[in-house]
Amino acid sequence: MGEVGSSIGRSVSPRPLRAQAPSRARERRADLLLAVGEIRHELEKNGALMLMALPGVILLLLFAYLPMPGIILAFKDYNFSKGLLGSDWVGLQNFMFLFGSGAAWRLIRNTLVLNSLFIVTTLIVSLALALLLHEIYDHFVTRIYQSILFFPHFISFVIVGYFTFGFLNADNGFLNSILAARGLPTIDWYATPAYWPAILTSVNLWRSAGYFTIIYLAGILGILPEYYEAARIDGANRWQEAWYITLAMIRPLIIINVLLAIGRIFFANFDLVFNVTRDNGLLFTTTDVIDTYVYRSLRTLGNYNLATAAGAFQATVGFLLVLLSNALVRRIDQDQALF
Amino acid sequence: MELVSGGAPRHRRAPLTPGRVLIHLVMIAASVACVVPLLLILAASITDEDVLANDGYRLIPRVVSFAAYQFILVLDPDQIVHSYGVSAFVTFVGSSCGLLVMAMLGYAISRRDFRYRNMLAFYVFFTMLFNGGLVPFYIVVTQYLHLNDSIGALILPYLVIPFFVLLLRTYFAALPRELIEAAKIDGASEWRTFFQVVVPLSTPSLATVGLFCLLLYWNDLWLSLLFIDSKALFSLQYLLWHTINAIQTIEAASQTSGFRPPLQTVRMAMAVFAIGPVLFAFLFVQKYFIRGITLGGLKG
Repeated sequence: MGEVGSSIGRSVSPRPLRAQAPSRARERRADLLLAVGEIRHELEKNGALMLMALPGVILLLLFAYLPMPGIILAFKDYNFSKGLLGSDWVGLQNFMFLFGSGAAWRLIRNTLVLNSLFIVTTLIVSLALALLLHEIYDHFVTRIYQSILFFPHFISFVIVGYFTFGFLNADNGFLNSILAARGLPTIDWYATPAYWPAILTSVNLWRSAGYFTIIYLAGILGILPEYYEAARIDGANRWQEAWYITLAMIRPLIIINVLLAIGRIFFANFDLVFNVTRDNGLLFTTTDVIDTYVYRSLRTLGNYNLATAAGAFQATVGFLLVLLSNALVRRIDQDQALF
Repeated sequence: MELVSGGAPRHRRAPLTPGRVLIHLVMIAASVACVVPLLLILAASITDEDVLANDGYRLIPRVVSFAAYQFILVLDPDQIVHSYGVSAFVTFVGSSCGLLVMAMLGYAISRRDFRYRNMLAFYVFFTMLFNGGLVPFYIVVTQYLHLNDSIGALILPYLVIPFFVLLLRTYFAALPRELIEAAKIDGASEWRTFFQVVVPLSTPSLATVGLFCLLLYWNDLWLSLLFIDSKALFSLQYLLWHTINAIQTIEAASQTSGFRPPLQTVRMAMAVFAIGPVLFAFLFVQKYFIRGITLGGLKG
């Protein structure tokens, strides 16, 4: 830009007009072209990136955002022919039905109890397995154990339903044939609600422990060996090492995982519950969770109102919990938070 | 070996102390517990039907019989083959399209110089926090998008999974900016940069997410439960679920008539057919899954 001033100074020199004008005009044109080029470049970049994001944006719009206003259906008496907008407002009536009939409390209790059991047992077992795996020096063997533990995660819950049937079938299930062989009375598993929190927790453990073992083991392997060496010099034994170093160092990882799980505590694992209980009404007192109730009300009973009320309740409370838990996770380790 | 910790590796040869033996015993017990349920299914599928009904499910069949497999493969393979086809189609199309869509989305969000980056990030990740509930989703899909009882209902809803977009974004953001700038200096358009520079460098994370998508689609029952009514669109999981639940009525009827088709063993044999490809795939891909989880999935 300094050249403009110097070329103004030089404009009075006896140069032919055509030769001197281009330098100043050329500079300005060059600047203009650069600016236009930059704008075009920005447009191209932003446009292209926006275009790349567009399919995902549209899909989310259709399947995630379009249904969101539908939450107001919980306050309406849905009539198929009148549609979403035309149905009548009924205020809190659906919620009163839901809570008044006692159904809501049973659902909330079951969802919270089952998920809490899942979180606690999965944490304890996967931590224990990770600690044990850490003690094995042969990495090839560790890899094999990890793979086997992780394999259940690949099995669909429908198949899970098949082998739980094989175990629990009253007539010829594995458990009952063992009981019968010992002369003990057989149990009609699929008709006794009391056993089911334990059964569902065991199945969930079978399926999820391996996944979290991998996560915790990865965290443990990130601990510097110097800590262990220092501890050994100070005379610590294995147990003290495990408690004061291993567990202490992965404490943030544990807390984060637990918090994220608690954030989702109002959302049950539909596939697990539905397939293992086989939608058996006799077991609803201990196994009916919000998700199965909403599904059943919608698809089997056709009762949209109760389904929307339960769903809206779950979405709202769940939202607040996820926000809260994520805010807590952020305080611990910002990278691990969702946002 | 990615799972080895940084720093000095432990060279000491592990002494065979009782503690060490105990650890291995525990791990072996856990491993057995993981595998036994599937062995039960396999054993039941090759057991004679009457023996199964009388003696019950056992890990080692008393009387071996392949009648169930014969029944499926020879007498009535149509439904299961067809369902296999439906599942395979949905899985393949869904995973490949989903991976492409999510990768582009994740890439756009990962670019710090993208003007609408934060807006887009909020748009995508807010859906992880809040949804309208099942009923509005159902109404939108069936009445506004007219997808009920269609193959689109099995594919479209899972094409964008915000959690996977998050994984991809994290990975793309970790790529050095110089690479993209270098490509731009060389005159490449954004599209070329993405497909010819970024994608080849991101195969680990793309493979991980792709595998997760494959698993999601192959194992899904939920979408079929919600939207599918016609047999022609029964996925493998849905067929299996129907079989184990509908079988009650057939069993009750057969007891009165005295005729007993190989029912329970047929169910178990179908389950074996469903597990087969998963087991096969698992042997090849478990390494990538584990690597993907440890590297990128520590978020849990």
